[in-house]
Amino acid sequence: MRYILIVKGSRYSEASLKTSREHRDAMAAYNELLARAGVLLAAEGLQPSSSGMRITYPVHGGMPKVTVGPFTLEKELVAGFKMIEVKSEEEAIDWAMRMPNPSGFGDGEIELRLLSEDVNLLHVSPTMALEADLRDQIDMLKKS
Amino acid sequence: MRFMMIVKGTKDSEAGTMPSQELLEAMLRYNEELAKAGVLLAADGLHASSQGIRISYPEPGGKPKVMDGPFTEAKEIIAGYTLIEVKSREEAIEWAMRMPDPHGYGEGQIELRQIIDATDLTQNPDTLAMEASIREQIERRKT
Amino acid sequence: MSDSSVLRTIDAIWRIESAKLIAGLARMVRDVGLAEDLAQDALVIALERWPATGIPDNPGAWLMTTAKRRAIDLLRRNKLRDQKYEEFGRGSDLYTENDMDLTMDGEVGDDLLRLIFTTCHPVLSQEARVALTLRLLGGLTTDEIAHAFLVAESTIAQRIVRAKRTLSAKRVDFEVPVGEELQDRLSTVLEVIYLMFNEGYSATSGGSWIRPLLCQEALRLGRILAEIAPAEPEVHGLVALMEIQSSRFKTRVNASGEPILLMDQNRALWDQLLIRRGLAALERARRLGRPLGPYALQAAISACHAQARLASETDWARIAALYEALSRVMPSPIVELNRAVAIAMAFGPAFGLQIVDELASEPSLKDYHLLPSVRGDFLVKLDRIDEARGEFERAASLTRNVRERELLLKRAAECSNQ
Repeated sequence: MRYILIVKGSRYSEASLKTSREHRDAMAAYNELLARAGVLLAAEGLQPSSSGMRITYPVHGGMPKVTVGPFTLEKELVAGFKMIEVKSEEEAIDWAMRMPNPSGFGDGEIELRLLSEDVNLLHVSPTMALEADLRDQIDMLKKS
Repeated sequence: MRFMMIVKGTKDSEAGTMPSQELLEAMLRYNEELAKAGVLLAADGLHASSQGIRISYPEPGGKPKVMDGPFTEAKEIIAGYTLIEVKSREEAIEWAMRMPDPHGYGEGQIELRQIIDATDLTQNPDTLAMEASIREQIERRKT
Repeated sequence: MSDSSVLRTIDAIWRIESAKLIAGLARMVRDVGLAEDLAQDALVIALERWPATGIPDNPGAWLMTTAKRRAIDLLRRNKLRDQKYEEFGRGSDLYTENDMDLTMDGEVGDDLLRLIFTTCHPVLSQEARVALTLRLLGGLTTDEIAHAFLVAESTIAQRIVRAKRTLSAKRVDFEVPVGEELQDRLSTVLEVIYLMFNEGYSATSGGSWIRPLLCQEALRLGRILAEIAPAEPEVHGLVALMEIQSSRFKTRVNASGEPILLMDQNRALWDQLLIRRGLAALERARRLGRPLGPYALQAAISACHAQARLASETDWARIAALYEALSRVMPSPIVELNRAVAIAMAFGPAFGLQIVDELASEPSLKDYHLLPSVRGDFLVKLDRIDEARGEFERAASLTRNVRERELLLKRAAECSNQ
């Protein structure tokens, strides 16, 4: 299953503030770790929103409106993302937790999102069968 | 869906003559093929009808009449059967076509019959309707 | 034969031949994705020609020969494209005619085994293993798989494409693992089959219904595996478990789709043929002379129920002993809880209560509602009604299932009325 780890923007990322040497090394090491584990599909950083633009469609139809950056609400902004392919949600969380704080100045946020193509095919685990047996047995106990 | 491949009796099977080594081996290979394809449920041969009995009810509600074998009309007698579980009627036909001629000497006949099977829930309109409504719900959830 | 009946026949032939075809081709080209493409190409050619020429006497061999020719064509084209002709020539020893003919006989079972170990390879996610196994070994179309899982066809198609890409990117060997690795990998294969089965068998989150295709496919794969890996007791154990569970198919759900628990099932409707097959598979596992593994033990427990003509004739002492054995090969609190109930049935609720009380400190069961629920039942039997009420209330507060909560609260209320 594919997850996207969205690194949220901050006032630092919006100001293009360079993070410390250690932080950059840690991030590079993290990317390498992902790549070597064969889970990394993409990792990109974005320029501050000052070079971005927004296209907004009015509620009742009509022509879209274009606004140029910078935008406010830093936490709603995306500063970068990594896409990983993993076998379980737990694994995705585990990888996300290993990421160094992406902002580099504290006050960072990572959002984990499952790609929409990844609907769950399986809803069961082998223990569910044992649980079904347990329910049968409890029922027999009750009625005995 | 389950099918029964019924092997009809012949003069030989009724006489209790064992099939040739060649035919036995071919049958064995065929059964093995069925097993390896995961479709074989059961395969059995029957003794000649001379060892069988028939119980008939000549009068509705009356007493049954018991008749000892052997019975005439070899072609109406069942000499053996193979039970398979497959996905389609065509698959059953394909397997039946692959069965070796069960009796050699031009008398062999295999009858293929589908088993009435309530476990085949795909055919149950209630289940189908239930599935359809669930699919619908899922589709709606997606949008 | 009319065109449409030829097409339906080809469909049936494909179902019978495709796994063998893909497995044989994969051994030659060492890539299951490519092998499937080649097999599909052969199918397309058959679909074009057979309606006119009629179906050949040995359609499997015809498809294999045609696919082999495609493989050779592909190789030649690659050779022309590739300037390093010599290198390619050396690398293509796999494609000699001799080797290909081998594929036609004898080794079919081995090839199928290689194929299932590949489609259930640990580099793939659980879901990808299930989808790819259904596709390559079950010969199901993406549409059929999507239908079985109630998802869009594109979802399944994507999964399968990605799974095949992963196998080739990670250079997964088309081999049956040997030595110590074999047991681990085999249990992965068995897990995939059992997951497939349970996915079809159990009431899923969306409601309770049975998806027979998945059950049937899992059972068929298990039966195939039992023929091509007959020396593995757990393979027979799993087959036994699935056969016996399937024998209750008809009786598990009522007309409105609600589950019927074992106690209330109409035992006369249990499928005796499947029970007999299950018992035979269990016997095969036993005869191999090794200690029974988790699947065989679960099958043996299931067999105890299958062999009891009436619920009251259940051999609970034996079930308790089997759960005890299961808890040693597969330690788990839920197995213990099952054992506690079986022991209570066999020897009285006081003994069951002892085990449950020991489990109370188990952290993984801290919020598990069936623990207080079982405890409540034991206490009722021991006439400790006040305590029982507390347990049912606690169980009700822990379950997220609305219906179950209602039932538990009702039981708590019954305790108050006494």
